Amino acid sequence: MSVSRAHSSGDRTDRDGRRGVPVQSADVSVRTVEPVLAGTARALISARGLVKRFGDFTAVDEIDVEVRPGEAFGFLGPNGAGKSSTMRMIGCTSDPTEGTLSVFGMDPVSQGRQIRARMGVVPQQDQLDTELTVEENLVIYGRFFDIPRAECRRRAAELIDFVQLTDRAQSKVDPLSGGMKRRVTIARSLINNPELILLDEPTTGLDPQARHVLWDKLYRLKQQGVTLVLTTHYMDEAEQLCDRLVVMDRGRIVAEGSPRQLIDQHSTREVLEMRFAADRNEASAAIVEGLGERTEVLPDRVLVYANDGEAALSAAHGRGADPESALVRRSTLEDVFLRLTGRTLVE
Amino acid sequence: MMATPAAVRVWESELALYRRVWKSNVLGSFVQPMLYLLGMGIGVGSLVDERAGSAAQLGDVSYVAFFAPSILAVTTMMICAQDSLWPVMDGFMWSNHYRAISATPLRPADIVSGLTLWHATRSAIAATGVAAALLLLDDTRSWGLIPAVAFAVLNGLAFTLPIAAWSSTRTSDISFPAIIRFGIIPMFLFAGAFYPVDQLPAWLRPLAYVTPIYHGVELCRGAVLGTLGALDSLGHLAALGAFVVGGSLMCRRSFHRRLAT
Repeated sequence: MSVSRAHSSGDRTDRDGRRGVPVQSADVSVRTVEPVLAGTARALISARGLVKRFGDFTAVDEIDVEVRPGEAFGFLGPNGAGKSSTMRMIGCTSDPTEGTLSVFGMDPVSQGRQIRARMGVVPQQDQLDTELTVEENLVIYGRFFDIPRAECRRRAAELIDFVQLTDRAQSKVDPLSGGMKRRVTIARSLINNPELILLDEPTTGLDPQARHVLWDKLYRLKQQGVTLVLTTHYMDEAEQLCDRLVVMDRGRIVAEGSPRQLIDQHSTREVLEMRFAADRNEASAAIVEGLGERTEVLPDRVLVYANDGEAALSAAHGRGADPESALVRRSTLEDVFLRLTGRTLVE
Repeated sequence: MMATPAAVRVWESELALYRRVWKSNVLGSFVQPMLYLLGMGIGVGSLVDERAGSAAQLGDVSYVAFFAPSILAVTTMMICAQDSLWPVMDGFMWSNHYRAISATPLRPADIVSGLTLWHATRSAIAATGVAAALLLLDDTRSWGLIPAVAFAVLNGLAFTLPIAAWSSTRTSDISFPAIIRFGIIPMFLFAGAFYPVDQLPAWLRPLAYVTPIYHGVELCRGAVLGTLGALDSLGHLAALGAFVVGGSLMCRRSFHRRLAT
């Protein structure tokens, strides 16, 4: 797997060279990276002991991260966990306070321009010129990379088609829906044929259907070999998109792995969720205690972590617990997060 | 292929946005100076010129000849001051245009250069319009209009850069109307556009001398009337240059702080 990805990374570098963007060859740059963790491919992003402080506040607290070429890597965590600060350091718009960081084997502080030339950024808030058309937005953005105007137009048409907005290419951005604007932003971030895309909360604020459309687009990009790095506080988004992710909480990484690994490691196979009458949660939790590996009491429900949820439910009934409603579901990253931090992701 | 200079790439994006509004905008930057010219130059001028001794105080020219060239500098001051407040804040906070640029290979300093180049362009267009109007008047028809347009552009940038340095540090536009009301309008009224600064009480004159507009007006007027001495013009140019260079350094720092922290 790692070998094929290394190849596809090389191919993209060739494409870079052809389009005339002043970039350093990825092959040369990656070789300069120190040997990475055993068994992993060459790292596209490598952080060691990375710290970001704002005054007394430590937003990112000594994190170690390796992102490999071609993978979709996620930072999962609640608001304020340090995800966006990390993304801004990777995006070379914020200097690390401490630690080492390399992107494409280069130093973001001294080689930010070369790194940014090979990267696409989808910020948390759309930064589109809403008075201009969809196409104009893309062309203008391409010009910032010094891509010739005619080439910008050609790529813009292609990318607008990719995000399925061809019929809106000549309309202003302003009246477009949130999901469409997001797609314009994604198309715009691709104008320089980036090898790496940073997406900060790509689907926050979108309705479920718009999110699925976006996920589909991102999945296609990944299939084309583009490396995706995203932040999210939605566990379903992380599960859908990420090959590997880190769970962040209060500036630290509290777990790392594939969504499946994290769930296997930190949760049971199934979860029994029970809702009890008002103020009966604590008392009911005491009754069902010990039915699973772990019991969690949330404000609105009691969770029993058990490998067989149905069995746990019958046992709960056997002990005289009387939930108003109960359901058995599979463990998710939400449960992993709850386990690791004692808190829920979306508060 | 040769790379397009960074400032030009930023300038192109400003131009694209301007193309949406240029009709109303160009009209505005023509109509307003015309109104000043007619209202003050012709109306007030006829009163002033009839008063004995006025001409001597104005440097032996008619009031229109005295006043009209100052509109070149006043116009670029107005445009550049306005466009360095809300549009700059917009770049950081509302449309986030500058933040979008900072994710590309362009640096914050490139955005400052692009903004400077763009305001120079806007000033040149507006000042050329005013110069065209001055060509119509016998008293101000002069080859000196050509250097006067260049001086007006420099005058505009002497407002752009210090003001943008301020607005790029703000997170609210609450101070902006006050800058216009208590900064720009008094400069417009008291720094030599309408009457010689000598007419002010002695204690107020130094205040006029430290404004960019005083130097801009003196340069434009001197160029159009052919009264500009070499030493004087050097002094005025140095004063405007100080505002531009000082403002530019502050801008680079504040844009960098805002976009790269």
